[in-house]
Amino acid sequence: MQIYLPIAEMSIDVLLLLGLGGLVGFLSGLFGVGGGFLMTPLLIFVGVPPAVAVASQANQVIAASVSGVLAHWRRGNVDFKMGLVLLAGGLAGSLIGVWLYSVLRRIGQIDLVIALAYVFFLSAVGALMAVESIGAMMRQRRPQAARRKLHQHTWVHGLPLKMRFRRSRLYISALLPLGLGFGVGILAALMGVGGGFIMVPAMIYLLGMPTALVVGTSLFQVIFVAINVSFLQAWQNQTVDVVLAFLLVLGAVIGAEFGTRFGARLRGEQLRGLLALLVLAVGIALATQLVVPPEDVYSLTHSLAGG
Amino acid sequence: MRVTLIALALLAWFATVAGARIAVAASLVADLSNHLIAITTGFTGTDVLLFGAKEGEGDVVVIVRGPTSSISVRKKSRVAGIWMNTDRVTFSNVPSFYAVSSSKPVEEIAPASVLARHQIGFSQLKLAAPPQVDPERLRDFRSALIRRQQRAGLFMREPGEVSFLGNTLFRTNVYFPANVPVGVYLVEVLLLQNGNVTGAQTTPLIISKVGFGAELFDFAHQRAAIYGLIAILISLVAGWLPHILLRKA
Repeated sequence: MQIYLPIAEMSIDVLLLLGLGGLVGFLSGLFGVGGGFLMTPLLIFVGVPPAVAVASQANQVIAASVSGVLAHWRRGNVDFKMGLVLLAGGLAGSLIGVWLYSVLRRIGQIDLVIALAYVFFLSAVGALMAVESIGAMMRQRRPQAARRKLHQHTWVHGLPLKMRFRRSRLYISALLPLGLGFGVGILAALMGVGGGFIMVPAMIYLLGMPTALVVGTSLFQVIFVAINVSFLQAWQNQTVDVVLAFLLVLGAVIGAEFGTRFGARLRGEQLRGLLALLVLAVGIALATQLVVPPEDVYSLTHSLAGG
Repeated sequence: MRVTLIALALLAWFATVAGARIAVAASLVADLSNHLIAITTGFTGTDVLLFGAKEGEGDVVVIVRGPTSSISVRKKSRVAGIWMNTDRVTFSNVPSFYAVSSSKPVEEIAPASVLARHQIGFSQLKLAAPPQVDPERLRDFRSALIRRQQRAGLFMREPGEVSFLGNTLFRTNVYFPANVPVGVYLVEVLLLQNGNVTGAQTTPLIISKVGFGAELFDFAHQRAAIYGLIAILISLVAGWLPHILLRKA
Protein backbone atom coordinates (compact mmCIF):
# COMPACT_ATOMS: atom_id res chain seq x y z
CA MET A 1 0.00 0.00 0.00
CA GLN A 2 1.61 3.22 -1.17
CA ILE A 3 1.30 6.56 0.57
CA TYR A 4 2.46 9.98 -0.62
CA LEU A 5 4.69 11.83 1.84
CA PRO A 6 3.86 15.55 1.45
CA ILE A 7 7.17 17.00 2.67
CA ALA A 8 9.50 14.32 1.30
CA GLU A 9 7.49 14.56 -1.98
CA MET A 10 7.63 10.87 -2.78
CA SER A 11 5.38 7.86 -2.43
CA ILE A 12 6.45 4.86 -0.41
CA ASP A 13 5.04 1.62 0.95
CA VAL A 14 3.27 2.04 4.30
CA LEU A 15 4.26 -1.43 5.50
CA LEU A 16 7.92 -0.74 4.74
CA LEU A 17 7.85 2.34 6.98
CA LEU A 18 5.97 0.53 9.76
CA GLY A 19 8.50 -2.29 9.54
CA LEU A 20 11.48 0.06 9.70
CA GLY A 21 9.93 1.85 12.67
CA GLY A 22 9.23 -1.43 14.42
CA LEU A 23 12.75 -2.77 13.86
CA VAL A 24 14.46 0.39 15.08
CA GLY A 25 11.97 0.72 17.96
CA PHE A 26 12.76 -2.82 19.06
CA LEU A 27 16.48 -2.10 19.06
CA SER A 28 16.00 1.21 20.88
CA GLY A 29 13.97 -0.46 23.60
CA LEU A 30 16.56 -3.20 23.86
CA PHE A 31 19.70 -1.10 23.93
CA GLY A 32 18.56 2.31 25.13
CA VAL A 33 19.64 4.12 22.02
CA GLY A 34 17.21 6.38 20.18
CA GLY A 35 18.03 4.53 16.98
CA GLY A 36 18.83 7.63 14.93
CA PHE A 37 22.19 6.26 13.86
CA LEU A 38 20.36 3.31 12.33
CA MET A 39 17.18 5.00 11.07
CA THR A 40 18.84 7.82 9.17
CA PRO A 41 20.96 5.59 6.89
CA LEU A 42 18.02 3.19 6.41
CA LEU A 43 15.64 5.97 5.34
CA ILE A 44 18.19 7.41 2.93
CA PHE A 45 18.67 3.90 1.57
CA VAL A 46 14.95 3.53 0.73
CA GLY A 47 15.02 6.87 -1.11
CA VAL A 48 13.94 9.52 1.42
CA PRO A 49 15.87 12.77 0.85
CA PRO A 50 18.66 12.96 3.49
CA ALA A 51 17.48 16.29 4.95
CA VAL A 52 13.95 14.94 5.47
CA ALA A 53 15.28 11.64 6.83
CA VAL A 54 17.44 13.31 9.49
CA ALA A 55 14.67 15.69 10.57
CA SER A 56 11.76 13.24 10.59
CA GLN A 57 13.56 10.43 12.37
CA ALA A 58 14.12 12.81 15.29
CA ASN A 59 10.34 12.60 15.92
CA GLN A 60 10.51 8.84 15.84
CA VAL A 61 13.37 9.03 18.35
CA ILE A 62 11.21 11.21 20.64
CA ALA A 63 8.37 8.67 20.67
CA ALA A 64 10.64 5.65 21.03
CA SER A 65 12.54 7.33 23.87
CA VAL A 66 9.40 8.39 25.76
CA SER A 67 8.01 4.90 25.42
CA GLY A 68 11.34 3.40 26.50
CA VAL A 69 11.81 5.75 29.46
CA LEU A 70 8.33 4.96 30.76
CA ALA A 71 8.97 1.25 30.49
CA HIS A 72 12.28 1.59 32.34
CA TRP A 73 10.77 3.96 34.86
CA ARG A 74 8.22 1.30 35.80
CA ARG A 75 11.18 -0.89 36.71
CA GLY A 76 12.91 1.94 38.56
CA ASN A 77 15.74 2.03 36.05
CA VAL A 78 16.02 5.77 35.42
CA ASP A 79 18.44 8.04 37.28
CA PHE A 80 16.68 11.37 36.72
CA LYS A 81 19.34 13.39 38.54
CA MET A 82 22.09 11.99 36.34
CA GLY A 83 19.88 12.49 33.29
CA LEU A 84 19.33 16.17 34.06
CA VAL A 85 23.05 16.84 34.57
CA LEU A 86 23.84 15.08 31.27
CA LEU A 87 21.07 17.07 29.61
CA ALA A 88 22.42 20.43 30.84
CA GLY A 89 25.78 19.59 29.24
CA GLY A 90 24.02 18.23 26.15
CA LEU A 91 21.99 21.37 25.43
CA ALA A 92 25.09 23.56 25.74
CA GLY A 93 26.99 21.16 23.47
CA SER A 94 24.30 21.09 20.81
CA LEU A 95 24.43 24.89 20.52
CA ILE A 96 28.15 24.65 19.73
CA GLY A 97 27.39 21.75 17.39
CA VAL A 98 24.82 23.72 15.39
CA TRP A 99 27.35 26.55 15.00
CA LEU A 100 30.05 24.08 13.89
CA TYR A 101 27.59 22.61 11.37
CA SER A 102 27.07 25.97 9.65
CA VAL A 103 30.84 26.62 9.58
CA LEU A 104 31.50 23.25 7.93
CA ARG A 105 28.69 23.79 5.44
CA ARG A 106 30.26 27.08 4.42
CA ILE A 107 33.55 25.29 3.79
CA GLY A 108 31.58 22.81 1.65
CA GLN A 109 32.50 19.44 3.16
CA ILE A 110 29.72 18.89 5.69
CA ASP A 111 28.64 15.61 4.06
CA LEU A 112 32.11 14.16 4.29
CA VAL A 113 32.58 15.27 7.90
CA ILE A 114 29.25 13.70 8.86
CA ALA A 115 30.11 10.46 7.09
CA LEU A 116 33.56 10.32 8.66
CA ALA A 117 32.14 11.12 12.10
CA TYR A 118 29.64 8.29 11.72
CA VAL A 119 32.30 5.82 10.62
CA PHE A 120 34.80 6.86 13.27
CA PHE A 121 32.46 6.88 16.25
CA LEU A 122 30.48 3.80 15.27
CA SER A 123 33.63 1.76 14.67
CA ALA A 124 35.44 3.03 17.77
CA VAL A 125 32.48 2.64 20.09
CA GLY A 126 31.56 -0.72 18.61
CA ALA A 127 35.08 -2.12 18.84
CA LEU A 128 35.59 -0.91 22.43
CA MET A 129 32.31 -2.41 23.55
CA ALA A 130 32.92 -5.67 21.74
CA VAL A 131 36.31 -6.11 23.39
CA GLU A 132 34.96 -5.24 26.81
CA SER A 133 31.90 -7.45 26.69
CA ILE A 134 33.83 -10.43 25.34
CA GLY A 135 36.25 -9.91 28.22
CA ALA A 136 33.36 -9.78 30.69
CA MET A 137 31.84 -12.99 29.29
CA MET A 138 35.22 -14.75 29.49
CA ARG A 139 35.67 -13.71 33.12
CA GLN A 140 32.25 -15.13 33.89
CA ARG A 141 33.19 -18.45 32.36
CA ARG A 142 36.25 -18.62 34.61
CA PRO A 143 35.03 -17.44 38.01
CA GLN A 144 38.33 -18.40 39.67
CA ALA A 145 40.16 -15.76 37.63
CA ALA A 146 41.02 -12.50 39.37
CA ARG A 147 37.96 -10.28 39.63
CA ARG A 148 38.17 -6.70 38.57
CA LYS A 149 38.21 -4.22 41.38
CA LEU A 150 34.74 -2.84 41.97
CA HIS A 151 36.02 0.69 42.09
CA GLN A 152 39.23 2.02 40.61
CA HIS A 153 40.53 5.32 41.85
CA THR A 154 41.95 7.56 39.15
CA TRP A 155 42.58 11.27 38.67
CA VAL A 156 38.94 11.53 37.66
CA HIS A 157 37.88 11.11 41.25
CA GLY A 158 39.95 14.08 42.30
CA LEU A 159 37.81 16.54 40.33
CA PRO A 160 35.84 19.15 42.28
CA LEU A 161 32.05 19.64 42.48
CA LYS A 162 31.35 16.15 43.74
CA MET A 163 27.75 15.07 43.55
CA ARG A 164 25.96 12.04 44.90
CA PHE A 165 23.86 10.05 42.41
CA ARG A 166 22.02 7.74 44.75
CA ARG A 167 20.26 5.64 42.13
CA SER A 168 23.49 4.92 40.28
CA ARG A 169 25.38 4.45 43.56
CA LEU A 170 27.97 6.96 42.39
CA TYR A 171 29.74 9.81 44.13
CA ILE A 172 31.52 11.63 41.33
CA SER A 173 32.29 15.13 40.15
CA ALA A 174 29.34 16.75 38.33
CA LEU A 175 31.90 17.93 35.76
CA LEU A 176 32.12 14.38 34.39
CA PRO A 177 28.48 13.96 33.25
CA LEU A 178 28.37 17.64 32.28
CA GLY A 179 31.43 17.27 30.07
CA LEU A 180 30.17 13.98 28.63
CA GLY A 181 26.79 15.53 27.83
CA PHE A 182 28.53 18.52 26.25
CA GLY A 183 30.76 16.40 24.00
CA VAL A 184 27.91 14.15 22.91
CA GLY A 185 25.72 17.23 22.37
CA ILE A 186 28.20 18.61 19.85
CA LEU A 187 28.32 15.32 17.97
CA ALA A 188 24.55 14.86 18.13
CA ALA A 189 23.95 18.25 16.51
CA LEU A 190 26.59 17.58 13.87
CA MET A 191 25.45 14.08 13.00
CA GLY A 192 21.72 14.69 13.38
CA VAL A 193 21.24 11.91 15.91
CA GLY A 194 20.26 11.77 19.57
CA GLY A 195 23.71 10.50 20.47
CA GLY A 196 22.54 7.51 22.51
CA PHE A 197 24.96 5.16 20.82
CA ILE A 198 27.89 7.23 22.14
CA MET A 199 26.21 8.12 25.43
CA VAL A 200 25.39 4.56 26.48
CA PRO A 201 28.93 3.16 26.35
CA ALA A 202 30.37 6.39 27.76
CA MET A 203 28.06 6.18 30.77
CA ILE A 204 29.07 2.58 31.36
CA TYR A 205 32.80 2.96 30.89
CA LEU A 206 33.53 6.59 31.78
CA LEU A 207 31.01 7.17 34.55
CA GLY A 208 30.86 3.59 35.76
CA MET A 209 27.04 3.49 35.94
CA PRO A 210 25.26 0.13 36.24
CA THR A 211 24.16 -1.08 32.78
CA ALA A 212 20.56 -1.54 33.90
CA LEU A 213 20.27 2.16 34.77
CA VAL A 214 22.22 3.43 31.76
CA VAL A 215 19.56 2.49 29.22
CA GLY A 216 16.66 4.31 30.87
CA THR A 217 18.77 7.32 31.85
CA SER A 218 20.24 7.73 28.39
CA LEU A 219 16.77 7.50 26.82
CA PHE A 220 15.57 10.20 29.22
CA GLN A 221 18.32 12.52 28.05
CA VAL A 222 17.79 11.59 24.38
CA ILE A 223 14.11 12.71 24.53
CA PHE A 224 15.15 16.31 25.06
CA VAL A 225 18.00 16.26 22.58
CA ALA A 226 15.64 14.87 19.92
CA ILE A 227 12.96 17.47 20.74
CA ASN A 228 15.58 20.17 20.27
CA VAL A 229 16.71 18.73 16.92
CA SER A 230 13.17 18.17 15.64
CA PHE A 231 12.03 21.67 16.52
CA LEU A 232 15.07 23.38 14.99
CA GLN A 233 14.71 21.33 11.78
CA ALA A 234 10.97 22.03 11.45
CA TRP A 235 11.44 25.71 12.19
CA GLN A 236 14.55 26.45 10.14
CA ASN A 237 14.40 23.97 7.26
CA GLN A 238 10.77 22.75 7.04
CA THR A 239 12.08 19.22 6.59
CA VAL A 240 9.98 17.37 9.19
CA ASP A 241 7.49 15.12 7.40
CA VAL A 242 4.80 14.33 9.98
CA VAL A 243 3.26 11.61 7.84
CA LEU A 244 6.62 9.85 7.61
CA ALA A 245 7.32 10.50 11.30
CA PHE A 246 3.89 9.24 12.36
CA LEU A 247 4.27 5.93 10.51
CA LEU A 248 7.77 5.42 11.92
CA VAL A 249 6.50 6.31 15.40
CA LEU A 250 3.64 3.87 15.14
CA GLY A 251 6.01 1.04 14.35
CA ALA A 252 8.57 2.24 16.87
CA VAL A 253 6.37 2.36 19.97
CA ILE A 254 5.22 -1.18 19.36
CA GLY A 255 8.76 -2.32 18.70
CA ALA A 256 10.12 -0.50 21.74
CA GLU A 257 7.74 -2.32 24.10
CA PHE A 258 8.93 -5.66 22.81
CA GLY A 259 12.53 -4.52 22.90
CA THR A 260 12.36 -3.45 26.53
CA ARG A 261 10.73 -6.73 27.58
CA PHE A 262 13.23 -8.78 25.64
CA GLY A 263 16.11 -6.72 27.07
CA ALA A 264 15.02 -7.48 30.63
CA ARG A 265 15.79 -11.16 29.95
CA LEU A 266 19.35 -10.56 28.76
CA ARG A 267 22.38 -10.05 30.98
CA GLY A 268 24.29 -6.76 30.89
CA GLU A 269 27.35 -8.04 29.07
CA GLN A 270 25.23 -9.88 26.50
CA LEU A 271 23.29 -6.70 25.87
CA ARG A 272 26.50 -4.73 25.47
CA GLY A 273 27.98 -7.37 23.21
CA LEU A 274 24.94 -7.30 20.91
CA LEU A 275 24.86 -3.51 20.77
CA ALA A 276 28.59 -3.57 19.99
CA LEU A 277 27.98 -5.92 17.05
CA LEU A 278 25.14 -3.78 15.71
CA VAL A 279 27.10 -0.53 16.01
CA LEU A 280 30.15 -2.14 14.39
CA ALA A 281 28.05 -3.49 11.51
CA VAL A 282 26.56 -0.08 10.71
CA GLY A 283 30.01 1.52 11.01
CA ILE A 284 31.55 -0.96 8.59
CA ALA A 285 28.67 -0.62 6.14
CA LEU A 286 29.08 3.17 6.11
CA ALA A 287 32.86 2.89 5.83
CA THR A 288 32.59 0.69 2.73
CA GLN A 289 30.32 3.30 1.15
CA LEU A 290 33.12 5.83 1.51
CA VAL A 291 35.79 3.56 0.05
CA VAL A 292 33.97 1.52 -2.62
CA PRO A 293 33.72 3.34 -5.97
CA PRO A 294 30.21 4.80 -6.25
CA GLU A 295 27.83 3.50 -8.91
CA ASP A 296 27.78 6.97 -10.45
CA VAL A 297 30.38 9.53 -9.45
CA TYR A 298 27.93 12.30 -10.32
CA SER A 299 25.05 13.37 -8.11
CA LEU A 300 22.48 16.15 -8.27
CA THR A 301 21.60 18.82 -5.76
CA HIS A 302 18.41 20.73 -6.41
CA SER A 303 18.66 24.34 -5.39
CA LEU A 304 16.07 25.22 -2.77
CA ALA A 305 15.19 28.53 -4.37
CA GLY A 306 13.98 26.94 -7.59
CA GLY A 307 12.17 23.98 -6.06
CA MET B 1 -0.42 31.44 -3.14
CA ARG B 2 -1.62 28.28 -4.86
CA VAL B 3 -4.83 29.99 -5.91
CA THR B 4 -2.99 32.85 -7.60
CA LEU B 5 -0.68 30.35 -9.29
CA ILE B 6 -3.62 28.46 -10.74
CA ALA B 7 -5.33 31.69 -11.78
CA LEU B 8 -2.18 32.87 -13.54
CA ALA B 9 -1.77 29.56 -15.29
CA LEU B 10 -5.37 29.58 -16.51
CA LEU B 11 -4.90 33.12 -17.77
CA ALA B 12 -1.79 32.04 -19.64
CA TRP B 13 -3.70 29.10 -21.04
CA PHE B 14 -6.55 31.23 -22.40
CA ALA B 15 -4.00 33.62 -23.86
CA THR B 16 -2.05 30.85 -25.61
CA VAL B 17 -5.17 29.09 -26.85
CA ALA B 18 -6.47 32.35 -28.29
CA GLY B 19 -3.05 33.19 -29.69
CA ALA B 20 -2.62 29.79 -31.28
CA ARG B 21 -5.98 30.06 -33.00
CA ILE B 22 -5.09 33.34 -34.60
CA ALA B 23 -1.54 32.43 -35.58
CA VAL B 24 -1.96 29.07 -37.23
CA ALA B 25 -5.62 28.96 -38.11
CA ALA B 26 -6.97 25.51 -37.31
CA SER B 27 -4.19 23.32 -38.70
CA LEU B 28 -3.73 21.77 -35.24
CA VAL B 29 -5.99 21.36 -32.23
CA ALA B 30 -5.01 19.40 -29.15
CA ASP B 31 -6.10 19.01 -25.58
CA LEU B 32 -5.30 17.02 -22.46
CA SER B 33 -7.54 14.53 -20.71
CA ASN B 34 -6.72 16.37 -17.52
CA HIS B 35 -5.41 19.89 -16.92
CA LEU B 36 -4.81 19.42 -13.23
CA ILE B 37 -2.88 16.57 -11.72
CA ALA B 38 -3.83 16.42 -8.07
CA ILE B 39 -1.21 14.96 -5.79
CA THR B 40 -3.22 13.37 -3.02
CA THR B 41 -2.16 11.09 -0.19
CA GLY B 42 -2.60 8.08 -2.44
CA PHE B 43 -0.72 9.53 -5.42
CA THR B 44 1.55 6.99 -7.09
CA GLY B 45 2.06 8.60 -10.46
CA THR B 46 -0.41 9.07 -13.31
CA ASP B 47 -0.88 9.03 -17.06
CA VAL B 48 -2.22 12.01 -18.93
CA LEU B 49 -3.75 11.50 -22.36
CA LEU B 50 -3.08 14.09 -25.01
CA PHE B 51 -5.37 13.98 -28.04
CA GLY B 52 -5.95 16.21 -30.98
CA ALA B 53 -6.60 16.65 -34.65
CA LYS B 54 -4.51 18.04 -37.47
CA GLU B 55 -5.22 19.17 -40.97
CA GLY B 56 -3.45 17.52 -43.87
CA GLU B 57 -0.27 15.46 -43.88
CA GLY B 58 2.56 15.86 -41.39
CA ASP B 59 4.08 14.60 -38.19
CA VAL B 60 3.27 15.52 -34.62
CA VAL B 61 5.78 16.18 -31.86
CA VAL B 62 4.74 16.66 -28.23
CA ILE B 63 7.12 18.23 -25.73
CA VAL B 64 6.30 18.36 -22.01
CA ARG B 65 8.40 20.59 -19.78
CA GLY B 66 8.20 21.12 -16.03
CA PRO B 67 9.02 24.38 -14.28
CA THR B 68 12.72 25.22 -14.45
CA SER B 69 15.11 25.48 -11.53
CA SER B 70 18.84 25.37 -11.07
CA ILE B 71 20.54 22.08 -10.33
CA SER B 72 24.08 21.49 -9.14
CA VAL B 73 25.88 18.45 -10.51
CA ARG B 74 28.59 17.23 -8.16
CA LYS B 75 31.33 14.84 -9.08
CA LYS B 76 33.06 12.55 -6.64
CA SER B 77 36.66 11.48 -6.94
CA ARG B 78 39.00 9.51 -4.77
CA VAL B 79 41.06 11.46 -2.25
CA ALA B 80 43.31 9.40 0.02
CA GLY B 81 41.17 6.31 -0.55
CA ILE B 82 37.88 8.05 0.21
CA TRP B 83 35.30 9.11 -2.34
CA MET B 84 34.34 12.72 -1.83
CA ASN B 85 32.75 15.55 -3.83
CA THR B 86 35.53 17.42 -5.55
CA ASP B 87 33.92 19.14 -8.52
CA ARG B 88 30.66 20.93 -9.21
CA VAL B 89 28.87 22.60 -12.11
CA THR B 90 25.57 24.41 -11.57
CA PHE B 91 23.07 24.53 -14.42
CA SER B 92 20.35 27.13 -14.28
CA ASN B 93 16.98 26.80 -16.10
CA VAL B 94 16.88 22.99 -15.98
CA PRO B 95 13.33 21.75 -16.60
CA SER B 96 12.21 19.67 -13.64
CA PHE B 97 10.45 17.34 -16.08
CA TYR B 98 11.08 16.72 -19.76
CA ALA B 99 9.42 14.29 -22.12
CA VAL B 100 9.20 14.14 -25.90
CA SER B 101 6.76 12.07 -27.94
CA SER B 102 6.63 11.96 -31.71
CA SER B 103 4.93 10.12 -34.53
CA LYS B 104 8.31 9.24 -36.09
CA PRO B 105 11.89 9.48 -34.75
CA VAL B 106 12.48 13.24 -34.50
CA GLU B 107 15.63 13.12 -36.66
CA GLU B 108 13.47 11.93 -39.56
CA ILE B 109 10.89 14.65 -39.01
CA ALA B 110 12.94 17.80 -38.97
CA PRO B 111 16.50 19.09 -39.53
CA ALA B 112 18.75 19.83 -36.56
CA SER B 113 18.12 23.56 -36.79
CA VAL B 114 14.38 23.11 -36.24
CA LEU B 115 14.98 20.59 -33.44
CA ALA B 116 17.33 23.07 -31.77
CA ARG B 117 14.88 25.97 -32.05
CA HIS B 118 12.15 24.02 -30.30
CA GLN B 119 14.52 22.13 -27.97
CA ILE B 120 13.35 18.74 -29.18
CA GLY B 121 15.44 15.90 -27.75
CA PHE B 122 18.13 15.77 -25.07
CA SER B 123 20.90 16.84 -27.39
CA GLN B 124 18.97 20.07 -28.10
CA LEU B 125 17.94 20.80 -24.52
CA LYS B 126 19.28 24.21 -23.49
CA LEU B 127 20.87 23.98 -20.07
CA ALA B 128 22.66 27.17 -19.04
CA ALA B 129 26.05 26.67 -17.40
CA PRO B 130 28.64 29.26 -16.32
CA PRO B 131 30.66 30.35 -19.40
CA GLN B 132 34.06 29.58 -17.85
CA VAL B 133 33.41 25.81 -17.79
CA ASP B 134 35.49 24.19 -20.53
CA PRO B 135 33.58 22.24 -23.21
CA GLU B 136 34.74 18.74 -22.34
CA ARG B 137 33.95 19.10 -18.66
CA LEU B 138 30.63 20.72 -19.55
CA ARG B 139 29.73 17.76 -21.78
CA ASP B 140 30.46 15.25 -18.99
CA PHE B 141 28.45 17.15 -16.40
CA ARG B 142 25.62 17.76 -18.84
CA SER B 143 25.25 14.11 -19.72
CA ALA B 144 25.50 13.21 -16.03
CA LEU B 145 22.64 15.61 -15.27
CA ILE B 146 20.47 14.05 -17.98
CA ARG B 147 21.39 10.53 -16.85
CA ARG B 148 20.54 11.23 -13.20
CA GLN B 149 17.24 12.87 -14.13
CA GLN B 150 16.38 9.89 -16.34
CA ARG B 151 17.20 7.57 -13.48
CA ALA B 152 14.81 9.57 -11.27
CA GLY B 153 12.09 9.15 -13.92
CA LEU B 154 11.85 12.91 -14.51
CA PHE B 155 13.44 12.94 -17.96
CA MET B 156 11.82 10.37 -20.19
CA ARG B 157 14.46 7.88 -21.25
CA GLU B 158 12.95 6.88 -24.60
CA PRO B 159 10.86 9.20 -26.75
CA GLY B 160 7.17 8.38 -26.48
CA GLU B 161 4.98 7.54 -29.45
CA VAL B 162 2.29 9.71 -30.98
CA SER B 163 -0.16 7.41 -32.73
CA PHE B 164 -2.55 8.42 -35.49
CA LEU B 165 -6.15 7.35 -35.79
CA GLY B 166 -6.83 7.77 -39.45
CA ASN B 167 -5.32 10.85 -41.05
CA THR B 168 -6.45 13.59 -38.72
CA LEU B 169 -6.72 12.29 -35.16
CA PHE B 170 -3.73 11.65 -32.96
CA ARG B 171 -3.06 10.70 -29.35
CA THR B 172 -0.23 10.06 -26.92
CA ASN B 173 0.22 9.24 -23.25
CA VAL B 174 2.57 11.06 -20.89
CA TYR B 175 3.46 9.37 -17.64
CA PHE B 176 4.16 11.46 -14.53
CA PRO B 177 5.88 9.47 -11.75
CA ALA B 178 5.10 9.84 -8.03
CA ASN B 179 8.11 12.07 -7.41
CA VAL B 180 7.05 14.61 -10.04
CA PRO B 181 7.69 18.20 -8.88
CA VAL B 182 4.68 20.48 -8.50
CA GLY B 183 4.19 23.57 -10.64
CA VAL B 184 2.91 24.74 -13.99
CA TYR B 185 3.96 22.46 -16.85
CA LEU B 186 3.85 23.41 -20.50
CA VAL B 187 2.73 20.91 -23.11
CA GLU B 188 3.82 21.99 -26.57
CA VAL B 189 2.28 20.28 -29.58
CA LEU B 190 3.93 20.85 -32.96
CA LEU B 191 2.79 19.91 -36.44
CA LEU B 192 5.67 19.47 -38.87
CA GLN B 193 5.35 19.27 -42.63
CA ASN B 194 8.43 18.78 -44.80
CA GLY B 195 10.70 19.66 -41.89
CA ASN B 196 8.91 22.90 -41.09
CA VAL B 197 6.67 23.72 -38.16
CA THR B 198 3.29 24.55 -39.66
CA GLY B 199 1.15 24.37 -36.56
CA ALA B 200 1.74 24.79 -32.84
CA GLN B 201 -0.23 24.84 -29.65
CA THR B 202 0.88 25.21 -26.05
CA THR B 203 -1.32 24.00 -23.22
CA PRO B 204 -0.52 24.40 -19.53
CA LEU B 205 -0.79 21.49 -17.15
CA ILE B 206 -0.89 22.14 -13.44
CA ILE B 207 0.55 19.66 -11.01
CA SER B 208 -0.42 20.54 -7.49
CA LYS B 209 -0.74 18.99 -4.09
CA VAL B 210 -4.35 18.97 -2.95
CA GLY B 211 -6.22 18.00 0.18
CA PHE B 212 -4.55 16.90 3.37
CA GLY B 213 -1.02 16.70 1.91
CA ALA B 214 -1.23 20.21 0.45
CA GLU B 215 -2.54 21.71 3.67
CA LEU B 216 0.19 19.98 5.61
CA PHE B 217 2.85 21.26 3.22
CA ASP B 218 1.56 24.85 3.43
CA PHE B 219 1.27 24.63 7.19
CA ALA B 220 4.83 23.32 7.51
CA HIS B 221 6.14 26.24 5.50
CA GLN B 222 3.97 29.09 6.73
CA ARG B 223 3.72 28.22 10.43
CA ALA B 224 6.99 26.36 10.77
CA ALA B 225 7.42 26.76 14.54
CA ILE B 226 3.85 25.69 15.38
CA TYR B 227 4.12 22.82 12.93
CA GLY B 228 7.31 21.68 14.67
CA LEU B 229 5.69 21.86 18.10
CA ILE B 230 2.65 19.90 16.94
CA ALA B 231 4.89 17.25 15.38
CA ILE B 232 6.74 16.94 18.70
CA LEU B 233 3.47 16.76 20.63
CA ILE B 234 2.22 13.94 18.39
CA SER B 235 5.42 12.01 19.00
CA LEU B 236 5.25 12.55 22.77
CA VAL B 237 1.66 11.34 22.91
CA ALA B 238 2.45 8.39 20.65
CA GLY B 239 5.25 7.37 22.96
CA TRP B 240 3.13 7.81 26.06
CA LEU B 241 -0.06 6.12 24.84
CA PRO B 242 1.12 2.48 24.91
CA HIS B 243 2.22 3.01 28.51
CA ILE B 244 -1.35 3.93 29.49
CA LEU B 245 -2.90 1.16 27.43
CA LEU B 246 -0.54 -1.48 28.80
CA ARG B 247 -1.10 -0.43 32.40
CA LYS B 248 -4.86 -0.73 31.93
CA ALA B 249 -4.53 -4.10 30.28
